[in-house]
Amino acid sequence: MAYVVPRPKLTLAEKLYLPAIVAGLAITLKHFKKALFGKGNVTMQYPEQKWDASLPEHYRGAPTLVKDEHDRERCVACQLCEFICPPRAIRIKPGEIPATNKFAKVEKFPLEFDIDMIRCIYCGLCEEVCPEQAIFLRKDYSITGLTRAEMVHDKAKLYELGGVMDGLVHKWNPKK
Amino acid sequence: MLNVQIDGVWMQFPRGTRLIEACAQANKFVPRYCYHAKLSSPGNCRMCLIEMGMPKMGPDRKPVLGTDGKPEIAWIPRPQISCAQDVAEGMAVRTDSPMVRDCRHGVMEFLLINHPLDCPICDQAGECRLQEFSVDHGTGGSRFLENKVKKPNNVEVGPRVTLDAERCILCTRCIRFMQEVAHDDVLGIVDRGSHSTIACHSDRKLDSNYSLNTVDICPVGALTSEDFRFKMRVWFLKETKSFCTSCATGCNTVIGSRENTIYRQTPRENNDVNSAWMCDYGRLNFHYLHSKDRLMEPVLKTKDGHEIATWEKAIARAATELKKYRGEEIGIIASGRMTNEELWLAKKLAEALGTTLHDIVPHFAEGDDILLSSDRNPNTRGAQLLGLASAIPGEHLGAIADGVRSGKIKALLVLGEDAVEAGIATDLLNLESLIATHILPNATTKLATVLLPGSGFAEKRGSMINGKGRLQRLNRAINPPGNARDDWEILRDLILAVTGHNGIYMIEDVFKQMAASVPQLANLSLSKIGDLGVQLPT
Repeated sequence: MAYVVPRPKLTLAEKLYLPAIVAGLAITLKHFKKALFGKGNVTMQYPEQKWDASLPEHYRGAPTLVKDEHDRERCVACQLCEFICPPRAIRIKPGEIPATNKFAKVEKFPLEFDIDMIRCIYCGLCEEVCPEQAIFLRKDYSITGLTRAEMVHDKAKLYELGGVMDGLVHKWNPKK
Repeated sequence: MLNVQIDGVWMQFPRGTRLIEACAQANKFVPRYCYHAKLSSPGNCRMCLIEMGMPKMGPDRKPVLGTDGKPEIAWIPRPQISCAQDVAEGMAVRTDSPMVRDCRHGVMEFLLINHPLDCPICDQAGECRLQEFSVDHGTGGSRFLENKVKKPNNVEVGPRVTLDAERCILCTRCIRFMQEVAHDDVLGIVDRGSHSTIACHSDRKLDSNYSLNTVDICPVGALTSEDFRFKMRVWFLKETKSFCTSCATGCNTVIGSRENTIYRQTPRENNDVNSAWMCDYGRLNFHYLHSKDRLMEPVLKTKDGHEIATWEKAIARAATELKKYRGEEIGIIASGRMTNEELWLAKKLAEALGTTLHDIVPHFAEGDDILLSSDRNPNTRGAQLLGLASAIPGEHLGAIADGVRSGKIKALLVLGEDAVEAGIATDLLNLESLIATHILPNATTKLATVLLPGSGFAEKRGSMINGKGRLQRLNRAINPPGNARDDWEILRDLILAVTGHNGIYMIEDVFKQMAASVPQLANLSLSKIGDLGVQLPT
């Protein structure tokens, strides 16, 4: 069925168009005056100045790995993120935690964990699929490098960006 | 044939068919944990419960017929297990009634009560029956509020098998396998009630050469392979149907590989060869393919050492070396590990060179009466059929050794074997030229005038004939490393360089040529061999 878009009824002033132009020019003039006396801040000087404080909570930046409050690597190398990753940016080599380690109960950890940030599309599926809450998209968005190798984030870099995340998963903690 | 009604449809099955198999044949898969077609049925997991009925009998002991002329069914008011029940005349089954669904739901809940939530670190994840049936018949959450029973985990029950008792659902498949197939009764259940645990005999280890089959049949992740443990998730593995080339039995296998790396080999059911099993020795005998020492480039011997060459140069050099000598001055040592296609081309090369002095190197070791054959060459029968070896493989090796020692043989072609190990030891230096193909360096390849790197069993296609005369097919799972090549291509290029013609471009053509002149292979082709192989006429 055809849908008729209701058109607003315009007043004479609106139809004339001129008052709007004048109002617009007034705003321009206001900013011009501010800029002239150095009061306004119209241009943000990126990258010296950044918007980071205003980034929303749900912002999806670079994927990172996090440790828990006991300094345990949350990642157990289940490789689900490697599986789900649409651009295949993630590469994991699993390993076994030695029996002498205090987290030996967890048995498995990532020996190597690489995310190729040239491939990463910041979709956040890795965070969504993670059964151990080990991978989070943090707010780093400006990932640059001079070589392709530099753009591959290895485990050390991922933990450096990720830091510590409290709580969330308790199943590996000793039972009380 | 017996008439059986499955979910309202009357079907016919031969006497002796298990009800669970009959349902599967009728496309009504009944979930099961303890039942395995190749083992006895203890009926302990209760997952295969179904609703069963028998024909209603009238006072004259004749079935009462319904309006449709078929017997009326008297349903048994409680569920039955379908794995320990053979079909009977007039039997009726419901595999998806409300009672059956309730039963499965309840059994799943019981099985999951003490099961840990460690799918992320469990190697079975992805091929776990507990995961699969939990999705099909289980609930999302657990009603169990008490503490789960703790049991030992990460226990080495054998040198190749690790046990996680918390994951175990006590289906006893592993116990029955060790009793009934491996005849090494070392596993059992200890303790009682919810503390029951699979355990190995205290004085013994699960060290049978068939121990890893228990890992395959374990429906959950309780038994895991030490070799495959934490190496790769199963859903990444590309599965290539192949067969094991570690002995003359040729157990059918599935090779699991990802991006040119083999992670595991598992047996594939073939009732004419290996049932559903394979030995640990054969299963783990693939790591050499990923050895750091793999030969990757053709190497030529020069006045002052060795140099890496291109394939064109290496083949040309090999051909000029071979063409220098008369037929009787050349010996060929082939291998029982070569495929039929390679052996056929080796034979053609021998004919082109005019030499009749050729043989394979026999490899014998202790076998057993289950699967492992004492003949460790997978293709002795092929070498005999194609004329590279006589009825007694290796009987001409002495003559070749004598020829090399006396200087009668001036050039030796060693294909995938170590001539030094085969007993032509110190005399190899007498040779004017030694052309060798292999995948790993050995004493012979170090002395070779021309060294041509070949490919391993998982890196090529081809066929072999096992000890019982069954023609089976190898499929390519991974690519050969570096510049190494398919062995049949090396031989084809050598023939081409020696004779100047052949016209073979594909391995299918080699088989076609072979089938045209070997009567036993008549009317066969690589694709006709199929996944399960073909028994050759004797």
